[in-house]
Amino acid sequence: MNLDTSGNLNPDPLLKNLVFMNSVDYLVNLTRASSVWPLTFGLACCAIEMMATGASKYDIDRFGSGPFRATPRQSDLMIVAGTVTHKMAPRVKRLYDQMPEPKYVIAMGGCVIRGGPYVKYGYHVLKGVDLIVPVDVYVPGCPPRPEALLEALFKVQKLMKREKIVDRTRRTTKPEVYQPV
Amino acid sequence: MALSRPEIHAIVKERFGDGVVEDHPEARDPYIVVKPEILEDLAFFCRDEPRLRFDLLSSITGVDYPDRKMIEVIYCLDSTPSKHWLIAKVLLPRDDPRVASVEKVWRTADWHERETFDLLGVNFEGHHNLVRILCAEDWEGHPLRKDYVMPETYRGIKNVIY
Repeated sequence: MNLDTSGNLNPDPLLKNLVFMNSVDYLVNLTRASSVWPLTFGLACCAIEMMATGASKYDIDRFGSGPFRATPRQSDLMIVAGTVTHKMAPRVKRLYDQMPEPKYVIAMGGCVIRGGPYVKYGYHVLKGVDLIVPVDVYVPGCPPRPEALLEALFKVQKLMKREKIVDRTRRTTKPEVYQPV
Repeated sequence: MALSRPEIHAIVKERFGDGVVEDHPEARDPYIVVKPEILEDLAFFCRDEPRLRFDLLSSITGVDYPDRKMIEVIYCLDSTPSKHWLIAKVLLPRDDPRVASVEKVWRTADWHERETFDLLGVNFEGHHNLVRILCAEDWEGHPLRKDYVMPETYRGIKNVIY
């Protein structure tokens, strides 16, 4: 190993332009944030905007987040797009639990954030998906435009770049209030 | 051949007589009210009578009338070959609403009756699987009843936030 007088690594001049030095965290997070695989999760009308975000005009693939996976075990982002009813809530929770860490949640649209138009008289609607799973980014709108969802993806990518491979305690999980049957 | 609404009502009245309690051919959307006892016979008659041929049950729905202490169940029948239709209603007592299932007549009644049972608590006698279809299995009460009170919590989750 070739060290200079102050102890810094001094690579061979021939390798200088070929070798990239950084922390493992940076490299892992860069790869992770550059290929976010969302879970296919259309519950109601917001899913139409989510599909538009994936289609050619807005093209979420440009940001590495194209493959909507049909299984939670291959996903690291859950875009909850649409009204979550009390009947659906245990399934949402179970899918979230099946995703591997580190995992992120985008709450898309008014219904998912706080019940939306069902907030007062919707007896069957969960008043916010954050009652059962921890949410990272909230996207307001009814439904939000694809640009808003892309912005949420960028925010998730920023969060991903803060991840540490040795310390996974960033996430404060909510207490288990919901017991799926 | 498509029949007018008064003609259809007349055919039904000719067959069932006193079974038809009310006849409103002049209403904006004409309907008849029949006794709950004849409903199953009426259904078979409407489907099999060559002049009527109601081969499609468009919907079964219900209305709660707490002041009259009644629950109304509404059957919308369509005829795809003859292009005419009929609306038949039955009035049931609110404290014990029960009526014969028409699932044997039109298979599509299966889910419609489950929905009416789920939201209004009408018992369809003879239905093979009368369980909730929209609300969760352990839901309490029938939400479209006028005196329904929204649950404060559901499985430990707060449901009323304002």
